[in-house]
Amino acid sequence: MSRFLSIYFTNLLCDYLAIKKPELKDRVYVFTMSQKNRIMVTAASREAEKQGIAAGTVLADAKAIIPDILAFDDELDFNKKLLVRIAKWAIRYSPVVAIDLPDGIIIDSSGCSHLLGGEESYLQTIIGKLTASGYNCSGSISDTIGASWAIARLGKKSQIIAPAQQYNALLNLPPMALRLEQPIIQRLHKLGFDKIGKFIQLPSAMLRRRFGQEFLLRLGQALGTEEETITPIIIKAPYEERLYCLEAIRTKPAIEMAIEKLLQSLCDRLAKEGLGIRSAELKGYRLDGRVTETMIGTNQPTHQVPHLAKLFELKISQIEPALGIELFILTATKTETVHAIQEKLWSGKQGLADQALAQLLDRLAGKVGPQAIRRYIPQAHYWPERSLRPAVSLEEKTEVKWQKSNPRPMEMLHKPAAIQVTAPIPDYPPMNFRYKEDLHLVAKADGPERIEQEWWMQQGEHRDYYILEDDKGRRYWVFRSGHYNEEGSAWFLHGFFA
Amino acid sequence: MTAEKQEILTRLRQQISAAQGFKPAINAQGDGFGLGEIEACFPSNVFPIGTIHEFLAENAEDAAASEGFIAGLLAKLMENGSSCLWISRNRKLFPPSLEAFGTDPQQIIFIDLYYTKEILWVTEEALKCEGLACVIAEISDIDFAQSRRLQLATEKSHVTGLLLRKEPKHSLSATACTARWQIRPQPTALINGIPGVGNPRWEVNLLKVKNGEGGKFYIEWAEDRFAPFESPEYRAQPETISLPERGLTA
Repeated sequence: MSRFLSIYFTNLLCDYLAIKKPELKDRVYVFTMSQKNRIMVTAASREAEKQGIAAGTVLADAKAIIPDILAFDDELDFNKKLLVRIAKWAIRYSPVVAIDLPDGIIIDSSGCSHLLGGEESYLQTIIGKLTASGYNCSGSISDTIGASWAIARLGKKSQIIAPAQQYNALLNLPPMALRLEQPIIQRLHKLGFDKIGKFIQLPSAMLRRRFGQEFLLRLGQALGTEEETITPIIIKAPYEERLYCLEAIRTKPAIEMAIEKLLQSLCDRLAKEGLGIRSAELKGYRLDGRVTETMIGTNQPTHQVPHLAKLFELKISQIEPALGIELFILTATKTETVHAIQEKLWSGKQGLADQALAQLLDRLAGKVGPQAIRRYIPQAHYWPERSLRPAVSLEEKTEVKWQKSNPRPMEMLHKPAAIQVTAPIPDYPPMNFRYKEDLHLVAKADGPERIEQEWWMQQGEHRDYYILEDDKGRRYWVFRSGHYNEEGSAWFLHGFFA
Repeated sequence: MTAEKQEILTRLRQQISAAQGFKPAINAQGDGFGLGEIEACFPSNVFPIGTIHEFLAENAEDAAASEGFIAGLLAKLMENGSSCLWISRNRKLFPPSLEAFGTDPQQIIFIDLYYTKEILWVTEEALKCEGLACVIAEISDIDFAQSRRLQLATEKSHVTGLLLRKEPKHSLSATACTARWQIRPQPTALINGIPGVGNPRWEVNLLKVKNGEGGKFYIEWAEDRFAPFESPEYRAQPETISLPERGLTA
């Protein structure tokens, strides 16, 4: 049987503002929004409500009651944003949490309440924490969403409705507890049905004729005869593990143990299904309401606990436990099929297929970032800068061969450096050149090797490359940009040969 | 000295170095790198792998020469298809050039970092990974404690570490490396008198060798292997390029 906890915030927006601005506490203030050329109150503080100002009052009327009322601009869907934020915080108490517009959240507490010692203390803990942070709220647990909703808002006595007792609990509540449209509620009151108990026994055919199908649906949902579903704010990932800590933890060894425990159970499951983790996320829910997030990624899918634990270990220093973490959630955000390997017999594989290498690169990527790690494969271009490209993966191979016909320099400058050159005649190698204030006399030369621009990619001058060796035996790669020019050509030094 | 005496001396030397805590190179029995005389500088007459070597390069030209020499070593180290890591800051190495030295650039993983601290950490982690043939780290300065850490890591994993120290500020500082090299480019020789630039030639300066003696050697890379060449007492004069009568133009 499912159990649902509904939480109702009596003054959501105003409480939020009072938390942000403590000086507003016990002041009369409202949120307003312009509607149909009138400024309407959309939310009122507790003090304002006592004076008879509620949502739906015109601001001018409110000012007539209290001349120095404070008015703040409301923002469209601001309450939704707030509820989502609260719902995310509440994830620590159950994986399924939904927002219930305009002023509540719903927590699917099935199978969760025993973690906090039963429903009574489960409810007390959650409501207590919300109240402590400044929200006026009430909550209720029952078998159905409808009944919890009703008791949370209108309930007088017990907040926890025992399984299958929602029928009795609803009898004394007014019809608005059924989440009905305003016209239907008014009609019910007009007919004297001021309590649910007065019409609940009536035949459904009669009720349908007078109040419509919607009315019966709401009644059924409250009683549990009709199905009702909620949309969780965070859909539970298929591969997710939770670890609830009885005592908030804040030390490194404790976090390590938590990670290991989570990985163990997640990897056991993945191993059974033949899957491995490519990326995973660890969330730590802190006592102060914040959530720490840590991500890892791997080069090859793996479900080996020691390796994954090592990757997280490198990131533990980034986890700030502050006052302590009470819940860890480990999610495999990306999984792939693992190619089964024999762990002992063939572990001595050489080269890029080596498991140890893949694991090393995972660790390095975790520390210095994956963008720092590159492997290059040839590309079918003669233009030197384009003759290679970073490989996408460790396994990637290409049919293209490295070009061997012309030597390439050992070191290549990222940007060719301009040099001054004395060149005798067109297409002759230079006699000397000046680079960084040093004059180099050319002793031997090779070239030119003309490399044309690839016009379909880039416009510009071609390059005539020369290999030059100066009188001290140092070897350079220089080029003239474009054709020989009487007025002086542009020469560049592009690299150093071994 | 008779052969018998020579043998006794060799044996005694080995005993002394063993007593001093020196472990013989892992590849003491294996075939060398074809470095000729250079290998004779090392104990057991073989280029030691599974240890740290450092290369000093004062300028870009020396760095290119050192990288060429390293590429030649890599060809041998990566013979069995294993891969290697090249860790650097502001890397200028152009991977396709390695192909000319018999090393497949695709087998090399480049790691480009900014902070020296990160370079040291990554180098140490990489040296602990047994599957690698070699780890090359471009780092300009390293102190004794740091190099000792790296040396200890390689002693466990038997991965060869090469430190390429570009423009070092303290080139004479003590390190725990097995050997300190300095490679400088040398004028090339014309092949069969055909004009152009010949095979890469280097002056190899072994400044320091643990339990061995350094020296100065001349070596070139020809036909996919190292080959010594005659010490160039004669420096090639700059060949004058015959000029046409029109004269010079800048």
